[in-house]
Amino acid sequence: MSSSISICVIYPDLLGTYGDGGNAIVLAQRLRWRGIKAETKLVDLGEDVPAGCDIYLLGGGEDQPQVSVTERLAETRVLHKAVDAGAVVFGVCAGMQILGKQFPGADYKLRPGLGLIDIETQRGDGPRRVGELATRGEINGAAVDYTGYENHQGITFLGSEARPLAQVVSGIGNEDGKGTEGAVQGRIITTYMHGPALVRNANLADQLLEMATGSALEPVNDVEVDELRRERFAAAHGRKHADSTQGAGIGVIGDLRRRVKRR
Amino acid sequence: MSLQRLLPKKAEAQKLSARSYFARAAGLGASELSRKLGRGEGSVIGGRVTLALDPNALATLGRGRSVVLVSGTNGKTTTTSMVSAALGTMGEVSTNSAGANMFGGMVHAMSASKAVATVLETDEAHLPKTVEATKPRVIVLLNLSRDQLDRVGEVRTEAVKWRNCLTGADGVTVVANGDDPMIVWAAQVASKVVWVSGGSGWRLDAASCPSCARKVIWNGDDWACSGCDLKRPSIDVDLDDDRVLIAGQTIPLRLSLPGIINRRNAAMALAAANVFGADLIGAAKAIGELTGVGGRFASVEISKVPSRLLLAKNPAGWTESLTLTKGSNEPLVVAINARIQDGQDPSWLWDVPFEQMKGRFVVATGERGRDLAVRLHYADVDHVFEPDSRKAVLRAAQELTDNSRLDVVANYSAFQDFRRLVDK
Repeated sequence: MSSSISICVIYPDLLGTYGDGGNAIVLAQRLRWRGIKAETKLVDLGEDVPAGCDIYLLGGGEDQPQVSVTERLAETRVLHKAVDAGAVVFGVCAGMQILGKQFPGADYKLRPGLGLIDIETQRGDGPRRVGELATRGEINGAAVDYTGYENHQGITFLGSEARPLAQVVSGIGNEDGKGTEGAVQGRIITTYMHGPALVRNANLADQLLEMATGSALEPVNDVEVDELRRERFAAAHGRKHADSTQGAGIGVIGDLRRRVKRR
Repeated sequence: MSLQRLLPKKAEAQKLSARSYFARAAGLGASELSRKLGRGEGSVIGGRVTLALDPNALATLGRGRSVVLVSGTNGKTTTTSMVSAALGTMGEVSTNSAGANMFGGMVHAMSASKAVATVLETDEAHLPKTVEATKPRVIVLLNLSRDQLDRVGEVRTEAVKWRNCLTGADGVTVVANGDDPMIVWAAQVASKVVWVSGGSGWRLDAASCPSCARKVIWNGDDWACSGCDLKRPSIDVDLDDDRVLIAGQTIPLRLSLPGIINRRNAAMALAAANVFGADLIGAAKAIGELTGVGGRFASVEISKVPSRLLLAKNPAGWTESLTLTKGSNEPLVVAINARIQDGQDPSWLWDVPFEQMKGRFVVATGERGRDLAVRLHYADVDHVFEPDSRKAVLRAAQELTDNSRLDVVANYSAFQDFRRLVDK
């Protein structure tokens, strides 16, 4: 096991709109609680992303900053080299889209992503996909539940090399009605879950840490996290019911309006 | 000189069609009924009834008035009351009640009062349509940072909408915060802008340039984009400790409200009042007498526990509030709800430096108090979770030293929950 784990947060000024900086706080604290040193590097806009970190985090962000982060990472290829060297990468929302093959910019035109994971994102129709998200995935063969809050316009398609992080229990996830959420390929894990994701899902945080340290980790005190999770799963269950009743109704009216407008 | 003398008389200002007249009367009736039934102030429901009967009510009621719109992420309600107090030295003012800042609340304000001088607190997302409908004489733009991402949307998208609505808005003076890059970019297209040093306690959303996305370089209060020519404009109205430097005058401020943030709000309000030619010394005095709007900053008792109520709705507001409570070792009550009006996603809690509370005892409460408890857990802050607001105050009071006061920091609807407990 490394004596110290370095966590690099990629341009939090540009990719930190939805509190995803919390993921770095969680990872570092969970290492410290276990007596493992953690070093968090927040990469400032004026700096290049450093090579050689153990974990790289990309958070959610707005359209225009998302494009400028991608351009810079494509130019320096630091992240490509880090992935080749075995770094763990965790991307949320815009951070997930950037890691894929293509995503839409502020002008809705598709732009090339970093191509580190076999996914493609397009601009979805209609309103943003917003609300509580509950999913079920697996870690080392055991079923695990995830809770998050999604807020995205993009819809993401998985290619043959990537597999979903989880299946949607309630909420929308990658693609409307398809039921998959997030994507995993090698040591890259991506998701639409804000909340932040690793705050609400200590299981996922520890999976990332076990990948980075290469060893199983002792449990820590997650009593308050577990209480929060219970509450959030109940709230997500409520959304599923709301969507299937009121949500559908609003959708039908919206469709009728659009048809009338076209005529 | 009275404001009315500068402006059309009340009667001339309000020539309403039969439909608009009826819509206004029906709305006022609904509002009165709602109040009598004990359903709150009734301003929103009244305005909605008027709007249902007369969808153009904002424009019809706004006609012939001298409208000031106040918008921004933080400080809207307080600054609106400051502008109203300042213009109140010149004559009668119509204004919306605290927080009723969407179309319903604004329409009701104009239904309820015919005063020509009209100061409207305007929700950020409602600003473009309100500008179009009311043809304001002054727009006060305070600041723009992340808030209610699930409802209002992303900051840059909002700035673009503002910029578009200010492009070609004739005859309006924009009183804008020159310290906030988002505001400067949105307001610089207006034909007339008064730049005020309105402060920038929160810089995360403006780290990258709203125009070209390159890094914004800060040097003390000064800032400039590293990639394009966007920079801090030459400031017209500045703050020097407790004096406002405006139009060649130095106006002393003696505010009842705490903190530099309120002195900055006062500078924005004086700049707006100056457009109307108000006597600034008198206006500053009127602003100084305000003791808090809708319970903000109020010193109160909850179950006999002396408490101060602080409202903080988003990362920028929380950072300001944490600054206000700094330097004390007394316990705190912190409350978070996530109703529609609060924004339903409190993940911004992770943008707030709660680590600053280390060494103090915190009681986490509110409907999303568990999110807060987990945030404090990871920040190594000594805390407990107590879902009940009153019990949360009593629990914190156990740790309070004699003759000191408990700070209660809450977001919007949680703050209203605490106001209902005052003197009970």
